[in-house]
Amino acid sequence: MSDVLTFPEWVGKPPEEILYRCRELVEDPAFPTVRRWREAGGKVIGHFQVYFPEEIAHAAGALPFKLRGAPVEPTKADSHFGSYLCSIVKTTLEVALTGAVSLDMFVTHPICDAARNLAGVWGRNFDFPCQILYLPQNANSAHAAGYLRGEYDRLKRGIEQVTGCAITDDALARSVAVFNENRALLRRLYAIKRDSPWRLPAEDAYALMAVGLMIPREEHNALLSEVLPQIERSTAKRQDRIRIVFEGGFCEQPPLDLIRTIGRSCYVVDDDLLIGMRWILEDVAANGDVLGALATAYLERSSYSPVQHDLRKPKERMLLERIGRAEARAAIVTAAKMCEPGLEEQVAYTHALDQAGIPYFVSEFEENMTSFEHLAIQLETFVENILFD
Amino acid sequence: MALETNAAIVGRGNTDGARLFREWFDGLTRAAAEGRGGAYVFVMGSLGELLRTFDLPLVFPEINSLQTAVRHVAHEYLDQAEDYGYSPDICGYVKADVATQLRKGALPMGTIPKPAIAVYTNACNTYIKWAEIWERMYHVPIVTIDIPGTRSAGAQTWPGDPDFENDRRYVAAQLRELIPLLERVSGVRFDIDRLRENMKHANTMSRGWQQVLELNRARPAPFNALSDGTIYLGVANAYRGTAAGARYFEELVEEMEYKVAKGIGNLTDEQYRLLFVGVPCYPIFRRFTELFSGLKGSFVHSTYLWFASGGTSSGYQCRLDDPLEGLAEGLLFGVRDAMDSMFFHTQPLLKMYEDYAADGVVYHPIKSCRTVSTGLADSRRALMQARDLPSLFIESDMMDRRVVSEAQLKNRIDAFFEGLATRRHQAAQSRG
Repeated sequence: MSDVLTFPEWVGKPPEEILYRCRELVEDPAFPTVRRWREAGGKVIGHFQVYFPEEIAHAAGALPFKLRGAPVEPTKADSHFGSYLCSIVKTTLEVALTGAVSLDMFVTHPICDAARNLAGVWGRNFDFPCQILYLPQNANSAHAAGYLRGEYDRLKRGIEQVTGCAITDDALARSVAVFNENRALLRRLYAIKRDSPWRLPAEDAYALMAVGLMIPREEHNALLSEVLPQIERSTAKRQDRIRIVFEGGFCEQPPLDLIRTIGRSCYVVDDDLLIGMRWILEDVAANGDVLGALATAYLERSSYSPVQHDLRKPKERMLLERIGRAEARAAIVTAAKMCEPGLEEQVAYTHALDQAGIPYFVSEFEENMTSFEHLAIQLETFVENILFD
Repeated sequence: MALETNAAIVGRGNTDGARLFREWFDGLTRAAAEGRGGAYVFVMGSLGELLRTFDLPLVFPEINSLQTAVRHVAHEYLDQAEDYGYSPDICGYVKADVATQLRKGALPMGTIPKPAIAVYTNACNTYIKWAEIWERMYHVPIVTIDIPGTRSAGAQTWPGDPDFENDRRYVAAQLRELIPLLERVSGVRFDIDRLRENMKHANTMSRGWQQVLELNRARPAPFNALSDGTIYLGVANAYRGTAAGARYFEELVEEMEYKVAKGIGNLTDEQYRLLFVGVPCYPIFRRFTELFSGLKGSFVHSTYLWFASGGTSSGYQCRLDDPLEGLAEGLLFGVRDAMDSMFFHTQPLLKMYEDYAADGVVYHPIKSCRTVSTGLADSRRALMQARDLPSLFIESDMMDRRVVSEAQLKNRIDAFFEGLATRRHQAAQSRG
């Protein structure tokens, strides 16, 4: 299925047009690329935030599609949930209930108390298989990688059943190579953010990355390979903005307008937006036991987030390291409304930032928020306080 | 054993439960005064039978926190934690515990020791985030015992299945990794015979708990699953793996058998038998039950008695010939079962409705607990699609009185009972 072109709109266009098309696609609640894939006869494996071993679905010739909410009102989904929940669990169900996206399988993860309910909720509402992938939560057990390898094997069998396609070792190796290339391109994208953020507005960097979750990864690789060199050659002028790290976008995503608002007064030189895409930090070995290599990479060569406890990665220390690596002067510490892991982590983050003497700005967001004036004023004040301190 | 007289036996479970609870808390207060560190654990997979072999006082922060609500002081603790930086939108149990730690362990019932270690499962994700707070405050070891749950509704795996064996090996390996750490923290060498003895007591408790729950199928129900049941749950957790706990449950079975034999119900005139789905409303604990019992409604079972007993409600008996393997398998089954009660309970609830001859189902999702509450509205839709049964959906909280509106609750509950009465009347008429 990888020869299906789901996002042809950018091909042959100048960089500004490509970025515009990416922004439009990211905010399109009709998910046209997924529809085109299905119309061509492709299978779609939908997976909820944060991390999913997309290589396994890809090796079966399916489109791994990350469900990360949508800019829609959860009109149908609202009656399936209670009052005190984050928006993403509702809007994700909404796009499936309304038929905006059609799936062949849904996989959620025990990332938080809400998300782990989704296999039950979705399973009661759809005929396709809905399940939890139990990513290990004892990352420090010597047996976690072995267990996860077995869990990936179980997932592989489930995907084979849904797609009717046997996943061979060769296919897995090819998929890992595609995703290794993608990870390398995303690292290059983040190098631009870090080294010359004036060349790439924060919302464009985000859109360039996020479209990868909606199109085959080969297409994403082609897109990034085309546009990144052009951005690197951009003659855009550096402006007097402070360098900040944005933290809190590991699951529910802020709207593009919020990222744009931040970008007006700050250079976002690093962040945890869609961290699942960049969870694995290095190439995964494409030969030998690929499932084992993916499992080991998840645990041993990976980023951090509030939804994984790992004694080797205390989150506040990891944030300070991210700030240091990016040479940022300050941090924006956010959390999605009603997101327990994010809200709980805010306390540890802010205490650590206080101790380190790093200025920070605390806020909450919701994917469907539409008013940013108040945030813009607060941010300007925050930035001025730093600049004139 | 011959049945004792009515006066001696009826209500014994509640009286003894309250006494045992006070004694347990007195023990914690003494441990705190002696400067001993506690093992902080949670109700879904406490591993009490293992931790006791290391002479570690067991501290259940969930139980401590709910006690602040029952004793009407939770708001003081919540305010303090929110002043410290925690959001109004996170679990109230966590915040009450944060404030408890800031108060050096002071609680209305006494004082708890500081943690020497925290051991908890992933049955609730908040357990993990909660333990991270202690890790930061006290720099003590915290250990997640990761229990893979059921992957999708009705898809439990069993011994011999490769997927089950993968899960079982992982759980057993984690327990083996835990033991040297417990030896180091406690200074006590692991004694497998002590573990076997504790597991024997835990087996007795599980067997008794299952029997007690089944005895409530009787009409009238001998105990109220919400009010009395919570007392029994407290003992099930705090005394897990002890001789006192085993004796308590043997005697509780005896009491329930007696009440069933004599037709003694928890209500003198039980008109409506109800199932409860969710977590109790602790800020108005007694009053909440009265809103139902005042209208002759009795809670005959609940998902709370299922998951908050860590899955022991199934009566599962751990094998004792190889205690560590038995414990691993029991923990996997028990915690998985507890998680099933929250995530995949539609079919079991339908069965419970039949088995307990229930007249209605009361859903009580709460702000504090997304683990329990996220799927309840959808579960209710599925239940009502599967069968024409009366249900009530009321939201409040287990800790935060700011989101508990007694007047609104009463209105909804009164209307629910009117519906029950109408339905019963119509059924009688249609029978002619």
